[in-house]
Amino acid sequence: MASFQFSNVYIKDSFTIAGPLESEGQIHKFDLTMDDYYYHEKTFLSAEIKMQKVVVDNLLYRNKLNQKIDLLIGGDLSNQLTITNFAMKDFSIPFLGVYNACATFAESLAIASTFIEAGFIKNAIVITSSHNLNAERQFRFPIEYGAPRAKTTTFTATGAVGALLTNVPSSIKIESATIGKIEDYDQKDATHMGAVMTPAAVSVLMDHLKDLKRTVDDYDVILTGDLGEIGTEIFKEFLKINYNIKIKNHIDAGCEIFLKSQEVYSGSSGPVTLPLVLFNKILKNKKYKKILLIATGSLHSKDTTNQKKTIPSIAHAISLEVLT
Amino acid sequence: MNKDEYNKLVKRLTPKENKTKNAIIAFLTGGFIGAFAEILSMVIMSCFAISKVEAYQWTCLIVIFMACLFTCFNFFDNLVTKAKAGLILPTTGFAHSVMSSALDYKRDGLITGVGANFFKLAGSVILYGIVSGFFFALLGVMIYG
Repeated sequence: MASFQFSNVYIKDSFTIAGPLESEGQIHKFDLTMDDYYYHEKTFLSAEIKMQKVVVDNLLYRNKLNQKIDLLIGGDLSNQLTITNFAMKDFSIPFLGVYNACATFAESLAIASTFIEAGFIKNAIVITSSHNLNAERQFRFPIEYGAPRAKTTTFTATGAVGALLTNVPSSIKIESATIGKIEDYDQKDATHMGAVMTPAAVSVLMDHLKDLKRTVDDYDVILTGDLGEIGTEIFKEFLKINYNIKIKNHIDAGCEIFLKSQEVYSGSSGPVTLPLVLFNKILKNKKYKKILLIATGSLHSKDTTNQKKTIPSIAHAISLEVLT
Repeated sequence: MNKDEYNKLVKRLTPKENKTKNAIIAFLTGGFIGAFAEILSMVIMSCFAISKVEAYQWTCLIVIFMACLFTCFNFFDNLVTKAKAGLILPTTGFAHSVMSSALDYKRDGLITGVGANFFKLAGSVILYGIVSGFFFALLGVMIYG
């Protein structure tokens, strides 16, 4: 059993930065938006590092913390977690770097919540980011190269998100977490990440429901990130065929950021997709009181894809309660 | 659900590429590039009074230069994504691939960046172009003596 319930972990504050294309999409309530992908830096790498720094700076400033944070946990998509490691070097705060591809944010939340619940620390900042052009360069083609794309392709969102977790009660409570297992259903197509990640999402959802003796209807909304449009269909069909569950309260974060007219194929992906939608749409909608997050990650690299290896995936579930 | 059943489910729910539509778009855009180059070479021939072979060489250079320039102007990649094979197969595709790699690695140094990555995508074209050229030449010699 890998589900844990928490009684005194709360999200006190969050800060989000969204890229130029994201801010013209479905959501307009980001804390900060970028005019261009360079973010006044010389390279995209430096731009993403700056994005993470700005997020942590703002969280510290807004909450008058002056570096009094017990732990920073975060990660991104880059090799060797370069971006998070470089961004965090300016803060004199104990740091843990984690990688679970697009499930990184949920992974960070689960770890930070466990530390706080155990009483080892009082507060923590979790952070993640992704930059479309850094991801393109690392996982796909050179940035300016116009490769034809399959309809199943998802578009890595640009943005950075940080959340401040404390043991002091506030309006958003982290209620439980389920750590997922790695699933591999023999999918080899790195341009079809919805198909790669669905089995992991289903697996962690079923584990969560079984461990905590709940049903999907116990939640006002189940937010998956980032299966994309085609992945969402596969997810729903999988649940219907295998477990006879017809899920009505499901939203996929990958379908909530961009507009259809923005030509992003199957939707948005990247570790920021889920937190961008969570903090700027779901939590701003008062009707959602019980929220289940399922963050999914595709654990491939360019080398494993070239060597025709099947792609493993992972997902973690976090449940939130909005108290007011 | 086992892996085979899951694979079938994925296949059923994945939209198929419209190959006919892609082929028509590629045919029209590729044909447009060909017609444009033909007209350009005729103009060069009549304006500068040079031979057909020389005019074709200049046309090729101009088309390559245009593809590189448009790649730098940040709109050629969108055209390639839409036109697909229509712009990838002609020499424009080769030019676009080396130019995009060069732009991408310009901050990584002249040797370790631009130099090492210039033929990242086009390297295969050069290598297998030379290899197939060798075998076709061999075949030509065997047939025609």
